[in-house]
Amino acid sequence: MKTPVQFRLNGDDVAAFAESGANLLDVLRESVGDLSVKGGCWQGTCGTCTVLIDGLPRLSCITLAESCAGKSVETVAGLRRGADLHPLQSAFMEHFAAQCGYCTPGMLMAAKALLDRNPNPSREEVVDAICGNICRCTGYEPIIAAVLDAARGDNRRRA
Amino acid sequence: MLELRKDIFADERDDNLKEVGQPTQRQDMLGHVTGTSAYYDDHRFGNLLHLKVLRSPHAHARIRSIDDSVAARAPGVKRIIRAADVPVNLNTLLSLIQFGKDDEPSLATDVVRYKGEPVLAIVATSERAALEALAQVRVAYEPLPAVFDVEEALKPGAVSVNAAYPKNTFEYYNKYDHQKLRFGDADAAFAQADIVLDERYQMSPIEHAPTETNGSIAVPDTNGRFVVYTSTQALFFSLDTSAKINAVPSNQLHFIGGTVGGGFGGKVDTLTEPLSILAARLLGAPVRYRLSRHEEMQFGSPRGGERIYVKDGVMRDGRIIARKVRAYFDSGAYTRLSSYAAVKCAAHIPGPYTIPNVYADVFCVFTNRTPATAMRGFGVTALDFALECQMDKGAVAVGMDPLEYRMLNAYRDGDMKAHRREAKNCALLECAQVAAEKANWPLRDEFRRMSSRTGGGAQRVGDSADRTRAPAPAPAPAPSARPAPAAPQRVAYERPAAATPAHNVPPPPPRPPSPPPAAQPAGSTHGAPRFSSVFGTRRR
Repeated sequence: MKTPVQFRLNGDDVAAFAESGANLLDVLRESVGDLSVKGGCWQGTCGTCTVLIDGLPRLSCITLAESCAGKSVETVAGLRRGADLHPLQSAFMEHFAAQCGYCTPGMLMAAKALLDRNPNPSREEVVDAICGNICRCTGYEPIIAAVLDAARGDNRRRA
Repeated sequence: MLELRKDIFADERDDNLKEVGQPTQRQDMLGHVTGTSAYYDDHRFGNLLHLKVLRSPHAHARIRSIDDSVAARAPGVKRIIRAADVPVNLNTLLSLIQFGKDDEPSLATDVVRYKGEPVLAIVATSERAALEALAQVRVAYEPLPAVFDVEEALKPGAVSVNAAYPKNTFEYYNKYDHQKLRFGDADAAFAQADIVLDERYQMSPIEHAPTETNGSIAVPDTNGRFVVYTSTQALFFSLDTSAKINAVPSNQLHFIGGTVGGGFGGKVDTLTEPLSILAARLLGAPVRYRLSRHEEMQFGSPRGGERIYVKDGVMRDGRIIARKVRAYFDSGAYTRLSSYAAVKCAAHIPGPYTIPNVYADVFCVFTNRTPATAMRGFGVTALDFALECQMDKGAVAVGMDPLEYRMLNAYRDGDMKAHRREAKNCALLECAQVAAEKANWPLRDEFRRMSSRTGGGAQRVGDSADRTRAPAPAPAPAPSARPAPAAPQRVAYERPAAATPAHNVPPPPPRPPSPPPAAQPAGSTHGAPRFSSVFGTRRR
């Protein structure tokens, strides 16, 4: 049994047929074709699949696709504006905040959710914002530095 | 943040470094931050089939029977793959370099040897259909006694884990049940030592937990070949292993990878490619075999657990005159790469220290645990943990600063290592000096002045007869009227009631007068044949 589901993805209307019980991660990757979202645990524990739903960070692997009908979904594929990188993306590049890159899409979306609601976060607030996202390569410090840097606007000029 | 200390050994190199010390952007970084880096599972194919594996719920059991008749009729099931379908169903990873016996099946035949071992595979139109069919398979197991401890596994009458190695130890050159290192006479030196430290260390297995789980997609190509998209860390190693297990020439396989979502050693074992290729060959369709997080944790091999005993003979002035190591590497049920880890472990003993008497036995042991594999310095990491804990304890026992204790015993150019290789291009002293400076760690003057280029080799060896040696240069031990005890003093930790508490160890007595310098030429005092090293010929 498949259900039609329609939502906005990075500002554009998309529609897909979702298996009953299908999660947003699978629908984004398999039906819509947004491969920028990665799956890491498929059980809501690692944060790799983090997307923004109506501006809030959500784990797409444990979000029912049908529950997203009519909502706005943001993924890292929609982060850059044409040739220009988002300040967070520039800051991640500058600070070596990615190594294998697999957690990076989810990490960026968690960080974006933070900066969208709090443009000047403290270090503690950055840590709190990404504490649900597991990174096995970097040891987190470069990521924290990148988010703080992006918030300070140091990269906005370069972006 | 990065600081290059070009002042150290400045006369030994041309200062024409172009890349070192310069920030360089990673070539894959733009893809990572834009979500466009293509991992193996970011390739899309029509009519993709999905492979899932039935795993043993027992650590050790005989398989009496398998009934997959209901599963075969389940919705979406395209094929059940049984052990008999695997062309070469026994392999060991390092057989590619003729190292070790084939000991591990792709799918278990008569016995399962660890919890999570693959028993049977189902290929279906979706992962969900494959999983639902797997739940319909009935396996009759006869549980067998299991062994989970490396030392228990070596006791007489212990459960035999691995059919290829019935004594539960890997056999080196089909002959030796462990790695052996002998240098000098450790037992004689222990009898002369002021202090003997005998300690036990244990490191647990560690899961790499990469954020991307192991997986692969095998796709029939238009020319009879198969293209394999994979998360492997070792593209050609996995290609050759898959070719062997599938009994096809390696030029029938085209492996595409390199963008890996974290590996750390956990993606060299070729866990998924042989079966995804086999399924693609049997069905003529693209097949994905992706581990779930649960499978990654249980079936994906971890860093092996290690148990290490270290016994040091130490003089009151801080010189370590003997070190004995007994190490057990927990390989789990099959060899994978642990045989090599044990070699690395033996090669690293006694650590970066010049100790004239070294004795070591290193075992690669089979138990009914998940097979272990590579992980960041495997074989060396746990040993270093043990040795450096031991160094701290030794420093406390002789009342020395832990950094100075290490520096006193550090390798210097010209020292003979336990493996009969001359130490060259040593830099431990210089590293320790810079680290101390950065950390504001106080070092005494003579330690600040130490150089790796002087005081090693023949200058260090005092009396080759008793194989103890004079420190060079000597630290200034605190004067004391107390005579050295006749018998070695034993220091035990974690058992304060039974032995002298570490902090009550008496201060070192004056150093005995240095014996006359040995008459032999440099390098011959260790009594072992000299071997030339192909490395580090720059300085000597």
